[in-house]
Amino acid sequence: MVNRKKENAVILSQEKIASGIFSMWLKTEAALQARPGQFISMYTGDESRLLPRPISICEIDGEKGALRVVYRVTGPGTGTELFSRMKAGDTIPVIGPLGNGFPLERAAGKKAFLIGGGIGVPPILELAKQLDCDRKQIIVGYRDSETFLRNEFEQNGEMYISTEDGSVGTKGNVMDAIRENALEADVIFACGPTPMLRALQAYAADNRIECYISLEERMACGIGACLACVCKTKEKDHHSNVNNKRICKDGPVFLSTEVEL
Amino acid sequence: MNMKVNIAGVEWKNPVTVASGTFGSGEEFSEFVDLSRLGAVTTKGVANIPWEGNPTPRVAETASGMMNAVGLQNPGIDLFCRRDIPFLKQFDTKIIVNVCGKSTEDYCEVVERLSNEDVDMLEINISCPNVKEGGIAFGQNPKAAEEITRAVKKYAKQPVIMKLSPNVTSIADMARAVEAGGADAISLINTITGMKIDIHRRKFLLANKTGGVSGPAIHPIAVRMVYEAAHAVRLPVIGMGGIASAEDAVEMILAGASAVSVGTANFYNPLAAVEVAEGIESYMERYGFESVGEMVGCVE
Repeated sequence: MVNRKKENAVILSQEKIASGIFSMWLKTEAALQARPGQFISMYTGDESRLLPRPISICEIDGEKGALRVVYRVTGPGTGTELFSRMKAGDTIPVIGPLGNGFPLERAAGKKAFLIGGGIGVPPILELAKQLDCDRKQIIVGYRDSETFLRNEFEQNGEMYISTEDGSVGTKGNVMDAIRENALEADVIFACGPTPMLRALQAYAADNRIECYISLEERMACGIGACLACVCKTKEKDHHSNVNNKRICKDGPVFLSTEVEL
Repeated sequence: MNMKVNIAGVEWKNPVTVASGTFGSGEEFSEFVDLSRLGAVTTKGVANIPWEGNPTPRVAETASGMMNAVGLQNPGIDLFCRRDIPFLKQFDTKIIVNVCGKSTEDYCEVVERLSNEDVDMLEINISCPNVKEGGIAFGQNPKAAEEITRAVKKYAKQPVIMKLSPNVTSIADMARAVEAGGADAISLINTITGMKIDIHRRKFLLANKTGGVSGPAIHPIAVRMVYEAAHAVRLPVIGMGGIASAEDAVEMILAGASAVSVGTANFYNPLAAVEVAEGIESYMERYGFESVGEMVGCVE
């Protein structure tokens, strides 16, 4: 059934919130169905940069019909740099929401870790706002003292920070912050760089904790057709009939025990 | 105005299909567009057994295009026949099944299996640059191309389209070779082998190092090759390579294509193929063409 479309989202506001990190509110129909952990495909509108940029959803305002995306400019001359130069009132073609999102219901009555690292931090914010659990421990890893979204996180749970340079919170990564603060959880939700997710996958296995990780890969279509953004799975996937799942369609959130990183 | 085209005895309602590998088996796109508005749906390549495909990253963006080395990941012919064909039968469009393999026997096994299925045409992929065995090995040597065509034709109940590679010295020789082997139609071009390097990390962007370049950047190359192939053989030509608009498609038809495929454009505009079909109709109206056939090769 035809029930989806590419639409022109209108930029409501845009600001730089850290070095190379931008925050944008978009008015889009995608906001009406979006869930934490989903993403949108954003198109540059530039004929020389054709493929969508998959960007995670940072906040959802269902009433205003708006989404917040917080993204990193990946370099000069890139699509994300084009986005960063756009102003309120400009439009961006988008398709979304895409992907499965975090299974919020798995946290009911449990102690949870909500973990974000680097540019994997933004999707953890809407998760923190919506998650209903017994103890909400937000553990966020940054490079340095530019701890973007910190204030918003502090309003939504217990906040623990790690920085690579030690300027704020625990020196090191999110695993170091978990150890230093002697934190414990029954369920984990995480998004961030692969080494971080790999460490969490091992930690969850050692401690027998249910753990959901959000993966990232180069995409072409974003809707599950091109088979570019696959990840390896332990079991044969029913759709692909091989040990691959599509990150854009079957993910981006996976149970840590089902994928190989 | 007559939008219908007849490709090797199969009547399509309009001259537009989608390029194999850019549309899955249509399921994902059916949420964005009514597949019955397409002349045909060409499926992603299917082999005799499931294929895992290549490691990631499998795609990279290039200027006005992209590069892929998916490596023909596919679920195998059994699941394809059980799931994908029944799905496509819901729509009023022709079904073209793209077939890939690593050996002549692989191709023939899939073709024989499809002979009992309710599909309209077969497209034989002898031009994938992203798998080590089979694929391109048959598509870069005229003798090998002729032989695989002849082998496949023995088992095929449906018309056979041979999909040609642009990574050859003479596309005309390749077209003549598959015609001699008994092909019912040809389609071209598959992707052009390329390479892209991340200079900051000093690494290849694709895990496979090389990949197939597609998208608007390759359109003029495709138009030239369609022109050369169409003039070398009497077979109908399905033209593809960087078609993103009706104008691009009309150019291909004027160069000699009897039908066209929209490929990479599907990735950034799920409506691209139907918009191309509608736009061709507008072009015909504007210039007074009564049928698509009148336009084929109509260039001075």
